[in-house]
Formats: sequence, C-alpha cells, structure tokens
Amino acid sequence: MATHEKKPSKKIGMALLYLVLGLIAVFQIYPLVWLFFFSLKGNSEIFGRSPFALPENWLFENYARVWVDGNISQYFFNSVLITATSVILTVILASFVTFAITRMKWKLSGTVLLLFMIGYMIPIHSTLVPLFQFYRELNLIDNPLSIILAYVAYNMPLTIMILMGFYRTLPREIEEAAVMDGCSIHRIFFQIILPMTKPVLSTTIIINMIYNWNEFVFVNTFISSDKYKTLTVGIQNFIGQYLTDWGAIGATLIISIIPILIAFIFLSNRIVEGIAAGSVKG
Amino acid sequence: MDKVMSNKKVIALYVLPSLILLAGLVYIPIILTGYYGLMDWNGIGPMTFIGLENYIKLLSDATFWYSARNSFFLAFFSSAALIVYLAVSLVLAAKIKGRETLRKIYLIPMLLSSVAIAQLWIKIYDPNNGMLNSLLKTLGVESPPAWLAQRETVLIAIFIAIVWQYAGFYIIIYSAALKGIPSSLIEAAEIDGATPLQIAYKIKLPLISGVIKTTIVLAIVGSLKYFDLIYVMTGGGPNGSSEVIASYMYKQAFGINNFGYGSAIGFMLLLLALTTTFIIQKITASKNDNLQY
Repeated sequence: MATHEKKPSKKIGMALLYLVLGLIAVFQIYPLVWLFFFSLKGNSEIFGRSPFALPENWLFENYARVWVDGNISQYFFNSVLITATSVILTVILASFVTFAITRMKWKLSGTVLLLFMIGYMIPIHSTLVPLFQFYRELNLIDNPLSIILAYVAYNMPLTIMILMGFYRTLPREIEEAAVMDGCSIHRIFFQIILPMTKPVLSTTIIINMIYNWNEFVFVNTFISSDKYKTLTVGIQNFIGQYLTDWGAIGATLIISIIPILIAFIFLSNRIVEGIAAGSVKG
Repeated sequence: MDKVMSNKKVIALYVLPSLILLAGLVYIPIILTGYYGLMDWNGIGPMTFIGLENYIKLLSDATFWYSARNSFFLAFFSSAALIVYLAVSLVLAAKIKGRETLRKIYLIPMLLSSVAIAQLWIKIYDPNNGMLNSLLKTLGVESPPAWLAQRETVLIAIFIAIVWQYAGFYIIIYSAALKGIPSSLIEAAEIDGATPLQIAYKIKLPLISGVIKTTIVLAIVGSLKYFDLIYVMTGGGPNGSSEVIASYMYKQAFGINNFGYGSAIGFMLLLLALTTTFIIQKITASKNDNLQY
C-alpha cells in the first residue's frame, strides 16, 4: 500500500470528515439515550428541569409500574408468541419454496418465483379491506392466527429473496452424491441442504423477527381485544391513557425496543447482511 | 438424479402451501380491492354496485389530492436525501477508522418500530419539554415553533424523523454495493492519477447505478406507502395538513366505515406505486446507457 505524506490541509480535511461522521452518529444515537434518561425520571423532573439533565434518582419503578399496571407484560408476551410462531413458519415455508425453485428441475419454476416476488412491492393498504373482509368471513377477526398468517404471507417474498442468494451458491454435486447414495428427496432437503443453510437461516430469522416485532397495521386492524394485542398497538393504547406521564411512556418504549437492541448487539452482522441481500439482489 | 429432483408431487408439496397462502392473502385481495372500489359499502350492510362513482369522486376529492401531494412531497425529499446517504457511504468506503461501527450505529433507528419512533419524536418535538425546542431556546431562539401542531412545520418535522429512521438502511445498501466493486479497478485508476472524487464519480457511481436505481424505487414507493409513523405522530393533523394517501385510506375504511371508497383509494395507491416504479425504471434505464458507453 502506498504511504502518502500527509499535508496539513489533508489532515484538517480528515478531521472535518470525522467530525461530520461523528455528528451523524450522535444524531442517530442521542435521541435514544435521551429516551432512556426520561424513562427514569418523574414528572416533576421532566417538567421542572432541563430535558438534557441526567435523571436525579433513577426511577426504575417506572418500569415496574408499566409492566404490571399498564398491561405491558401481556402485550410483551403476545409479541413474543406471535413473532416466534410467524418467524418459524415463514422461514420453514420459504426454505421449502427456495429449495424447490433453485434446486429442483421443473418448467414453471421461473414463473412461480416471479409470482412470489410480485408480493414484495404490494402496498398493504391496497389489500387491507379485502383481507379484513376475508378474515371476517373465516371468523378470524380478533384471532392471533389472522396476524400470524398475514406476517407469513407478507414476509415470504423477502425471505425467499435472501435465501435464494445462498441456495444458488451450493454446488450441484451435493444432490448428485446424495441421489447416488439412494437418499430420498425429503432427506436431501431436511438432512443435507437445510442444515447447510444455517448461516442464511439465522439472517432471515433475525430480519423476520425485527419486522414482525415492529408491525403495526395488521394488529391495529384485525385485533380488538387487549388480550391479543402486541406491543406496538398496546403501547399506543397505553400512551393514550397516560398522556402526560412521560416516565411511564419512556419506560414502555424502552421495554418495546430492548429485545431488538439485544438482538442487534449479538447479531448486527447478520442484520446488515440481511438488509443488503434483501435489496441489492432485488 | 433428474427423476428424484423433478418429482412433481414433491414440488407441489413444497411450493403449493405457500403459493396458496399468498394467493389468498395477497393476490386475490389486490384484485378485490379494485372490485370493492366499485361498490357503495359500509363494511357491514350489503354492497351496492355503483360503477366508477367512487373513482370519479376520488378525482375531485380535495383531501385525496392534498394527501397525494403530501405523499409525493415525502417521496421527493426522501429520494433527494439519497444523495446525502450516498455521499456518506462513499466517505465510509474510504479507509476510515471505525467505519463498520459507524455504519452499525447509523442503522440502529431502522430496527425500531415506527410506533416507538413516532412516540419518541412526539416527545422530541414537544413545544415545552422537548429536546429540540429546549436546545433552540438555549441557542437563543425565543419562540421556536410547535413542530407537529403547525401546518407549516409538520411535514418537515415528519420528514426529519423519517430520515432518522431510514438513513442507516440506505447507507448499508450503498456500502454493500460499494464493497462489491473489484479493488483492482480502483487501484488502476489511482495509478493513473485519478483523484478520490474522480474515482467516486467516474468509476464507483456508474458501477453501482443498478443499486442506486433500486434505492430510488424503494424510497419513492416506500414514501407513497408511509403510514405507521404519520398515523401515530400526527394522525394526519393538524387539520389534515399531514394526511398521506395511506392514512386517508385507513380513515375512510376503518375510521368512518366507508369501505367502498377506502378500497378505491387503496387501489389508486397500488396504481400510483406501480406507475411510479415503471416510470423510474424507464427514466433510469436510459441514463444508465449514457453512463456506460
């Protein structure tokens, strides 16, 4: 690598560059830090002192309060259950489809792939009324199944897109050898190919998890009972009732984003991969 | 080999369940939206066929046009912001210390729910206790605006929250594309004495033009579909001044049970998204040709 003599002007330029990049980082992070701080404050502190001040007494009881009294624990577990079920279903079904499209030989595979990809760009508001009507006829309104099915269907195209890139890199010889050994097609899929896709599976799992955890419109439209609501819609209700209680609102928001932040800390590389794969190849 | 790998029954078993699910929950509803748009229907009672009446009414509905104007406002500025994201990605592609960490930090807001983001920004914009106005007052601005409660500022305020949410997403996409450029190309240009700016402009940008095109489509179509953030932040207010197509559709259908009219708006949204995608593909296709030859 060439080593350049750094001129003073170049040094200043670099310093400015780092300053700008640093400022962007502050812009992206500071609102969350601020949120965390006001989630630990009481109203007297929020309305009486500078919003930039650190919390005086760290009021972790804000968290206990919303978790128990605010029904947030219920919403939280609903989110966990609905997210987990949808993610598992989406990833398994999408793996079946991707395997059939990329590894098996059939005439319509290209057309079917295109059909799946069409689903990617559809605005959900263009399907919401018929979907609502359909669920009503099936008696699935206010039933978590309506949400799970919608999540699986609407995340399928992206999941297939991410999986496909990986499936296409696997050498054909894998199946050839397996067939020679007399493996059935199901064994080839479940015991040979599927385990090989572990890295990309974790990418699709984390991406799906984030999308489902954060989803709002379907739950807001199809679910009316508190006992089935997920966090995104639940915190909306909650905030409607506690409008001026900033500490409680802050605590609720932090609770809703904590699982995502934890996932991010451990799986940030996978998340980055998933985002890049989902759009670059599309 | 071929016999095993082209077993029709297995293919059907693997593909059909998903295909049926998508047909039922995506494709058929898309067609039905256009069809329901031809109905006078309150969602509960019977449907009455009224032909194109809803669609004609839509064309002279001032609120619809105003919400479309807002959606296109966001689409325009969201795609203009791509230039900034691209510039940041180009800088980060240079040998910057800690660039991986910076990219990840930029991405964090994108991972949060729009509801949480909207609620957080409501607090940031709070006229009395919010972060922004406190900062402005410290800087000597005497009466900063009530950002979300004023017609003149509400869209800009929403747009800034959108930038906060999506900046990292686009930077990740651009960075991934830039990483894919063979370093031999860049080195060759460096040996020929090209400046970093020339390399960025003449080599890197043309090579990732396909990805740039994708992001333009994503930004514009994404903006036309914007809903959660605005619905939670302002509910389309004050007085309809931040209404967008999707929020207007939602209000008509699920707010005042105007299911027929709501479907018509939903169908228009689909048409707008598809036409815009098509037009961008057309425009950018000719530009690419110019760049390459």
